[in-house]
Amino acid sequence: MAYALCFLLFMIGLYCAVVKKNMVKIVLGIVIMEYAVNLFLIMLGYVKGGVAPIIERSQYDGATKAIASEFLNASVDPLPQALVLTSIVISLGSLALMISICIRTYAKYGTFDITEIRRLRG
Amino acid sequence: MNAPLPMFVAIPLVAAFVLPVLKGGLKPVATLLANLVTLTLLALAVMSVGKTGTYAMGNWTIPLGINLVLDGLSSLLLLAIGVISAAAMLFSVRYMEQYTAKPKYFSLFLLMVAGMNGVVLSGDIFNLYVFLEIASIASYALVGFGGEHEELEASFKYMVLGSVASALVLFGVALVYANTGSLNMAQISATIRQIGMNIGLAFALSLFVAGFGLKAALVPFHAWLPDAHPSAPAPISAMLSGVLIKALGVYVLARLIFTVFGVSVPVAWVLIALGVSSMVIGVFLAVGQWDFKRLLAYHSISQMGYVVLGVGLGALILAREGDPLWASLAILGGLFHLLNHAVFKSLLFLASGSVEMATGTRQLKKMGGLVERMPYTRATCAIASASIAGVPPFNGFWSKLILVLAAVQAGFYLLAAVTVIVSLVTLLSFLKVQRYVFLGQLPEDLERTQENGGFMLGAMAFLAVLCLAMSLLVLLPGLRETVLQPAVDVLVQAGTAPAAVVAH
Repeated sequence: MAYALCFLLFMIGLYCAVVKKNMVKIVLGIVIMEYAVNLFLIMLGYVKGGVAPIIERSQYDGATKAIASEFLNASVDPLPQALVLTSIVISLGSLALMISICIRTYAKYGTFDITEIRRLRG
Repeated sequence: MNAPLPMFVAIPLVAAFVLPVLKGGLKPVATLLANLVTLTLLALAVMSVGKTGTYAMGNWTIPLGINLVLDGLSSLLLLAIGVISAAAMLFSVRYMEQYTAKPKYFSLFLLMVAGMNGVVLSGDIFNLYVFLEIASIASYALVGFGGEHEELEASFKYMVLGSVASALVLFGVALVYANTGSLNMAQISATIRQIGMNIGLAFALSLFVAGFGLKAALVPFHAWLPDAHPSAPAPISAMLSGVLIKALGVYVLARLIFTVFGVSVPVAWVLIALGVSSMVIGVFLAVGQWDFKRLLAYHSISQMGYVVLGVGLGALILAREGDPLWASLAILGGLFHLLNHAVFKSLLFLASGSVEMATGTRQLKKMGGLVERMPYTRATCAIASASIAGVPPFNGFWSKLILVLAAVQAGFYLLAAVTVIVSLVTLLSFLKVQRYVFLGQLPEDLERTQENGGFMLGAMAFLAVLCLAMSLLVLLPGLRETVLQPAVDVLVQAGTAPAAVVAH
């Protein structure tokens, strides 16, 4: 169910990016798509009632090198969180560039409407 | 330490952040440094030919850490990136005098090179996505570098489609991680060979085909390329058409389909369909163009179709368990055409930049008779035109010949015929370029046009010599076995021996 909603969010973003005529709204659509993917990644590692994936000293038996089962069963997957951090930074970078191109375009054309920004064709 | 793998990414990345500091009177230093960096990368790429190796970043072991992997296919792409970036950087020395902020341009250029080198070396799909974004974001900024109306519009269009492609790729990466529990290519491929394809993985594969198809500008996804590539400064057009669409699009598609997901008949047909439609539609859109660079951009779509067709044909033969010899011939044709296209299309874009700088226009109808004023540019452009149209003895002829032979041997006579016909239409369209730009009557306002000498001519002459010399890559067995054959073997072995653990 949660995955379906996540996919729905992705499709809303795609719809917005493809259909909208305003440059800023297109950018927002792309941002929504990226957030939907980030949400999906976070959900992959989610465990209900999970704990942070850091082993406490009491949960680790140094002699037998055994890890307490409550940690193994409840710890969330840390890898998707690392991926999401990276992907947020990347989308911030591309968002900054996209918005600055929008601003420069507005200064040149005086509009955000992509149906009026059409010098290239063929 | 067999090959200095991290250096391919580290050197341009460090230089990219050092160069913008060198402003004002230090601009010549920045220019010199940037050229030294690209030449070093070219030397490293030449040295890495025929070698293999892996490097674990930060000494973390493979399931936890990220690794860089060099094999035959990666070193072929590294070579292409090295050659084209060295030539384009040399050309920029004089060409970019027209623009302000030259050090920033070098910085973005080197970031793009670092990203591309990272993509072809990465052995981890998320890391690949990160490098993909480095290269893409740098290229969005470079397309809009001029800051004028057309450039900004093209940059925005390119950026929107590029970001959608990146989001699709990231979604695919997440799905692969959900289904296999790993991000390392070798481990994913081992897992997929155990559990087989399920719906999630098939969906991930289709997301990858759409995402990287957008980056490679294959035909249903090609809308951004004819706007973006002509709007960039000429050396950047050469980089974008010459190597970016290959390293970020076709290379990753081939790598994922052959070594990670494994070849299958439906996927092979999808590749062939993409390839043929790109070839045919690209070339017919190109014939009607009157803007020099836009015409070249449409030809990029068409020529990438050849590469994808060759790789797809190989995949189909392997998936049907046909003769691996013909599969390897088809893949050889595709990969050799990839290398050739990098050289001749970059040369064509550099020549168009030289013409544009001298005449101030890109419209074919406003030019003419430039053979008297710019004989050297004309000579290099004629060599590249003959190459792209497949006129012997230039390199384009050999790769197209190999593709036609492979198609005939595998029994696809219609595909072979289409390949030849598209090649003839290409010839027609480049005859038009020669006729309108270099022959005919010299218009009065262009009578004082000056030939561009020095570095620009040096870069063009270098690529023109390569256009001839690269025929030897396939004609001399020794060279073929060190440069091209390892790359072909990587794909063929991954396609024929599903049980073997692939080194990647």
